[in-house]
Amino acid sequence: MSDALRPLIVGAGPAGIRAAQTLVDAGLRPIVVDEAASGGGQIYRQRLVPDNRTPRDLYGSEAGKATALHGTFARIRDRIEYLPHSLVWNVGDKAADVAAGGRTRRLDFSHLILATGATDRILPFRGWTTPGVFTLGGAQIALKSQGCAIGEQVVFLGSGPLLYLVAWQYVKAGARVAAVLDTAPFSAKLHLLRGLPSQPGVVLRGLRYAAELMARGVPVRFGVEPDRIEGETRVEGIVWRERSEKHRLACDAVGYGFALRSETQLADLAGCRFVFDGRDRAWRPERDIAGRTSVSGVYIAGDGAGIAGADAAELAGERAGLALLEDTGVTVDRARIVVLERRLAAINRFRDILEAAFPFPGGWADRVDDDVLLCRCEEISIGQARAAMREQGVHELNRLKALTRVGMGRCQGRMCACAAAEILAAARGQPLEAVGRMRTQPPIKPLPLEIAADGETA
Amino acid sequence: MALLKRLARHELLPVPFILNGEARSGRAGDTVLTAILTHTDELRLSDFSGTPRAGFCQMGACQDCWVLTSDGQRIRACSTVLEPGMNLRTIAEPRS
Repeated sequence: MSDALRPLIVGAGPAGIRAAQTLVDAGLRPIVVDEAASGGGQIYRQRLVPDNRTPRDLYGSEAGKATALHGTFARIRDRIEYLPHSLVWNVGDKAADVAAGGRTRRLDFSHLILATGATDRILPFRGWTTPGVFTLGGAQIALKSQGCAIGEQVVFLGSGPLLYLVAWQYVKAGARVAAVLDTAPFSAKLHLLRGLPSQPGVVLRGLRYAAELMARGVPVRFGVEPDRIEGETRVEGIVWRERSEKHRLACDAVGYGFALRSETQLADLAGCRFVFDGRDRAWRPERDIAGRTSVSGVYIAGDGAGIAGADAAELAGERAGLALLEDTGVTVDRARIVVLERRLAAINRFRDILEAAFPFPGGWADRVDDDVLLCRCEEISIGQARAAMREQGVHELNRLKALTRVGMGRCQGRMCACAAAEILAAARGQPLEAVGRMRTQPPIKPLPLEIAADGETA
Repeated sequence: MALLKRLARHELLPVPFILNGEARSGRAGDTVLTAILTHTDELRLSDFSGTPRAGFCQMGACQDCWVLTSDGQRIRACSTVLEPGMNLRTIAEPRS
């Protein structure tokens, strides 16, 4: 194997680890850069130190997959160059800037595999910045990694498989779940029955979560429209509408989200061409089923390439690794490629069913009030954004950002860009893809001003 | 009053730290966010309106959990590991 090959993998979740394993098996020594302290990504996130919980306690039905993935990463550990606690904050032509421990350095690479994952897709409602409101993913991390519930009386709200999974994990861990508020109507869940023949395990597991929640007396409501969080300095309750009737429930924490959004900043900086994905309601890097992007030598796998879940991420990571090998002239196992692509295609078909069962809350952008905060960093309201569209003729997201600062704050649009696009498209009566996508600026996350370049003194 | 409620990891070693000048205790394996929010209910005030914030995504994406160390360094609480003797301050002044 050529020593000149120096593949860089960004992200050590299911996709990144399987990609790394595939390259290691072919005799390569990839660099794996990850922001976390240890491998697993968000879905299979590990504790910082061991405690007396079992993998089953932490990962439930997915304990076997989590343990296998962690085991693989431990086994290849000394055959990769692993940089934990490290942020890739910029990507250029065959080089990436990596910050860690107050220093930054430039890493040259021959090939790049982006496995950057996803975060919760967030839509604002009144009071969403109140202490005690977390994303669903954040609520899950608090429990898995930190052994904490986000409150004593927790409400889970939104749409997506994660809603039921996290609520169920909380109940199992002994937390009090005050309610599960699903923004989709109950009838949407009937779509899951169509998924029984192809993905019975996933469907039955989901049904079991819901059934066990109800059996333990957790109220599960459907067709919910969130109205507001009560409480000035921390969560005291939540108000929602169901068929235009208002309901209120006392609680001290809310975990919410509406499925996931891909982290695509590095693909953007790498120059990848983007396409609009109607199912994800988002622009994402263009790629083939093997994970090849429009840029030669740049591959993408996992939820950062479009939302498909952890099982797909493992398959896609391996497939992207094999694509890299194929493209460098290595003979690869064709039969394995056929299996991977067949499984990825099956999961992709199942995603349509999941999307129907856990739909985006249609009409949100038309209903949400002007005084709700759109951008939590710069504190810009939805009304201010709508006024800019109306009065200054804004019809594109980057112009909206320039005029209102929405998406210009520290999160760089991670929390607000999906909502801003929905608001802009609804206000102008245009399809979502017509308002464009926010351009990425390096550094993709804040760096300390005093950060030192490698080889220089601070 | 604490925002987060510990359900597990009670058996781990206590880790002493200072929060806004007062001696506090976290647990081995805590993030700074966990250590603070198991004692109190906010991390910072927002930059403009000065409303309280206590983190949101817990995975390093939202940038809403920055706190200060005694020497004025800003650290992201959700992705910083608690270390013994850390001297931490929540951000009590809005930026503008």
